[in-house]
This record gives sequence, structure tokens and C-alpha cells, in this order.
Amino acid sequence: MTSLRISSLFPRTPDGYIAFGLGAAACLASGILLLILIFVFGEAWPALRTIGVVRFLSDGAWYPTDGAFGLVPMLAASFALAAGALTIAAPVGVAVAIFRLHYAPGWMKAPYRGLVLLLAGTPSVVLGLWGLMVLVPLIARIEPPGASLIAGILVLALMIVPTVAIASEAALESVPRSCWSAANALGLGREAALLNVVLPAAREGIAGGILLAGARALGETMVVLMITGNIVQMPDGLFTPVRALTSNIALEMAYATGDHRASLFVSGLALTLLVFLLSFAAGTGRRRRHA
Amino acid sequence: MPDFSSVRRRIFAPQARDGALRMAIWAAAGILFACAAWLMLDVAVRGAAGLDWRFLVDEPARAGRAGGIGPILVSTGLILAVAIAVAAPLGLAAAIFLAEFLPSGSRFAAWTSISLDVLAGIPSIVFGLFGNAFFSVWLGMGFSILSGGLTLACMILPLLIRTAEHGLRMVPDEWRHGAAALGMSRFSSVWRIVLPAAGPAVTAGLLLGLGRATAETAALVFTSGYVDRMPSSLLDSGRALSLHIYDLAMNVAGGDRNAYASALVLLLFLIVVNGLAMSFSDYLLRKRIAA
Repeated sequence: MTSLRISSLFPRTPDGYIAFGLGAAACLASGILLLILIFVFGEAWPALRTIGVVRFLSDGAWYPTDGAFGLVPMLAASFALAAGALTIAAPVGVAVAIFRLHYAPGWMKAPYRGLVLLLAGTPSVVLGLWGLMVLVPLIARIEPPGASLIAGILVLALMIVPTVAIASEAALESVPRSCWSAANALGLGREAALLNVVLPAAREGIAGGILLAGARALGETMVVLMITGNIVQMPDGLFTPVRALTSNIALEMAYATGDHRASLFVSGLALTLLVFLLSFAAGTGRRRRHA
Repeated sequence: MPDFSSVRRRIFAPQARDGALRMAIWAAAGILFACAAWLMLDVAVRGAAGLDWRFLVDEPARAGRAGGIGPILVSTGLILAVAIAVAAPLGLAAAIFLAEFLPSGSRFAAWTSISLDVLAGIPSIVFGLFGNAFFSVWLGMGFSILSGGLTLACMILPLLIRTAEHGLRMVPDEWRHGAAALGMSRFSSVWRIVLPAAGPAVTAGLLLGLGRATAETAALVFTSGYVDRMPSSLLDSGRALSLHIYDLAMNVAGGDRNAYASALVLLLFLIVVNGLAMSFSDYLLRKRIAA
């Protein structure tokens, strides 16, 4: 049965050979994911075997050259950064989407879209540079040293607002016009219609966008590397310098060997799994909406 | 017994709620505009101070504090050329296979779709880990432009495939039927009719991929490396512009001026690339509405 289907997809004609070549390219492209998983897992395996998953979570500190492999402070820092950034970016992003669709005067719509897209295309290293040169000195005036959790949260929020805004805009635009008309016919004003009819209808698309933005914040390296201070400790206040999982990899990969190098691959693997879970959840919401 | 209902009605009056919501939306949009403008103006003003023609062609001197970014621009160009030269044909072939040859709803299509979505969400630092383990160490390319370019190619592949596939699916089926009625082979109908019609979408995808690759930093730290000399072959290490900004800002005291000038060059290039991509996709949109 299978052989019959394959031979009908790749008949022995010029077209069949071309289809075979194109199919090989598609296999190669979708095989890259497997290749990445195999190599990252393969490099992480020695540490997973000799150190074990438990010690990555139970060791109190991160001194990989002296055999202490605690990832918990950096995991906590990564979560705190992503959660903080989302707390700011989610409401602002949704509000920006609503603003552009329903509040902005006509002449302002196109330039404002350009601004959001410009921000979306800004390299994270430029955001990091701005945070380091402008924001960190300002925060240091309130409470030294300035490079801290809050600096990372603010710049990450600026980075992911466009993600939330673009996804929310698409979700809001896909709400049928009849919903608006029905709400207006019931005597609801613009705000009441938004709150009670349109936003609930676009709920799942917006939630998907927020989850994707969270995944981006969790996986971001340059911004957190440049402005959060890079000291391994539990985030116990907004002004504490912290080190995220991603910046740890970037900082130590250059000189790490043996178990140390392998444990950096373990943190990369952990990061990938977390981001998978978030994008999977975002995808589920999207698929349910289409179904 | 006092009756509070009139008070409650006044506090939760729809007018008050609507007004507050309206204000919050305008405030969010204003804050985002202010932050984005602050960021862009900061980079433009401080960057313009150090930017002239000499800066674009000179060699960096004193670890980048003085001199220009000539060799760094060459390395960046080579890394991007490798990434596009590998990803563009592979991505286009895979997209043609998925959109034109594969029966939709097949198991392979579903698997490819999932694997591309997951690949698109992997954090860039994990791409860096993979590129280091696979291209630099396993394939023995070392820290080289080739290794960095290939890592970026893996990273932008999902974006290229998705946009090209989408563009191909937009071409009306009547055109394919017409080609078949004229006795054209499947491949020549794709090559001469469907692909030219999808040209703008494919180009937009390529430009978006180019922009993504140019903005990337974390994936290059341990693949293409830090060397800021003029590269003499693709197996030399070469420092990308984004990495140069990071290095000047974080590791070189007194590198701010040139970091800002480099950031301005990067930002201007990205505005041109992303602007072109957008004009292609807007052109598509207009054509579809007109048709």
C-alpha cells in the first residue's frame, strides 16, 4: 500500500525525478530539528549520566569547576525576567493593537504600524546597548548597581510588545464585523462592545500571542546578558543583579570543558523544552480556534 | 438602612469605565511610542556622531575603540551570503514540494509542519550550541564564517519555507489547470507559471530571512567567532556586526562611540531590508484586492 502511494508520488518520469529531489530537500529541512535535538542531547548526555537531573535542581550553587551544578537560581531568574516582561507587555501589547484598529485617527494608523514593525525588527543587541547605556545608569541613580532584574524586565518588555501587538491585531481583525454590528444594535458603545464582545471573541488568538512572546523572552540572550548584571543568585528583589540561563551559556561556553561544557548543553536542553511547551500551548489555542 | 446602590452605580457607571479604558489605551500607545522614539533617537544621535565614510572602510584599531568596521562589514556580508546561499535553494525546493507535489493532509506534511514550527521557536542561543557542536566541532569547521553562516541558514529556513509555501498556495488553481490543459509537465508549470506568480512572496520571505540573520548575535558567539581582521577565506573566523556591538559595549572600556555608530549602521541596513520586504508583501495585498 505504502509502496503504491510512494510510486504514484514519484513516477519514473522527469517530473518524478524532480519531485524526488524536491522531496529530499523537504526531508533535509524537516530533519534539521532532529539533528539539533540529537546533537544538543548528545553533548548533554555525559552530564545527565554522571551528574544526574536531580543534582542540577538540588545543588545549592553554580560552581561547575568545583562540582556544584545548581541551575535553580538561574532558572528562577529566567522565569522572573520572562514573567515580569509579560506582566508589562501583555496589557500594553493588547492595548496597542486595540488603539491601532479602533482608536487611532486615520492618518496615524500607517505610521504607528511602521513603528511597531520597526521595533519588532530591532536587533536585540541594539536594545541591549540602549538598555546598558541609557536605562542602567538611570536605575543606578535609584538603587545601584543598576544592572538588575528590573532593567532586564523593562527592556525585554519593550522587545516583546510588538509580538503581542501583532498577534492581537490579527486576532481582533478576524472577529467578524457582524459581532460589532450586533453589539452596536444592542446599544453597546465602543468600549462596552470591546470588553464584552470583541475581546472575548479574540481571546484565544491573543493568548497564543502572549505565550509566544513569553517564549521569546525566555529564550532571549543578548538583552539579559548585557543588562542584568550576570551574578548567579536567587532573584529576591527587583534591583538584584541576576544571571539567566541563556546568558550563562553565552558567558561560559567559551572556556567550558568536560562536565562543565556538558552541563551548559543541559541548560540549553532545558531551555528548549520550556520553549517547546510554551509554543505548543500557543499552537493548541490557535488550532482550537481554527477548528 | 442606608442604600448604597446609587453610590455603587455612580462609581461603576459605564461612562466612568469607558473613559478609564479609553485613557488606558491612549496611555499604553503613547508610552510605547515614547520608548520606541527614545531608543531610535538615542541610537541615531549618538551613532551619527561617530559615523562617516572612513568608519565604514577602516580597520578597527585599539580593540575597536578607534578606526572603523571595514573587515567586520566584509565578514558580516560573507556570513549572510553563506546563510542565504544555503537556505534559499533548500527552502524554495522544500516549499515547492510541500505546496505543489505533496497531497495535503498526508502524514509527511503534518510532520514537516510541526517540525518547522518547533524549529522556528528554538532560542537562538541553542542554535549557537548546536552550530558549535555540529559544524565547528563534529564537522571540523572550527570557528569560521562557514560555520556561522550554516548555523544561521538552519535558523532562517523555517521562515523562508513558510513564506514561500504561503505564496505558492495563493496562486489560483485555475492557472495550474490551464497549464495542464496545454500539456505542460507538472514541473514546467510550476517553474514557468506558479513560481513567477509567487515571486513577490518568495522575495519578501528571503528579505525577512536576511533581516533575521543580520539581527542575530547569540547564535554567532561560538560559531563564527570574534576575530576582527579581514577574513581571507570562508574558513577564517570573522566577527559579525551585531557581535562587534556587543563586544564594544560590554568588553571594551571607551568603546561606546563606535558601538553606537555600528548600531546605527546595523539599524539602517535592517530598516532598508525590512522596508523592502514589507513593500513586496503590501504590493501582493494590493494586487489581490484589485483582482
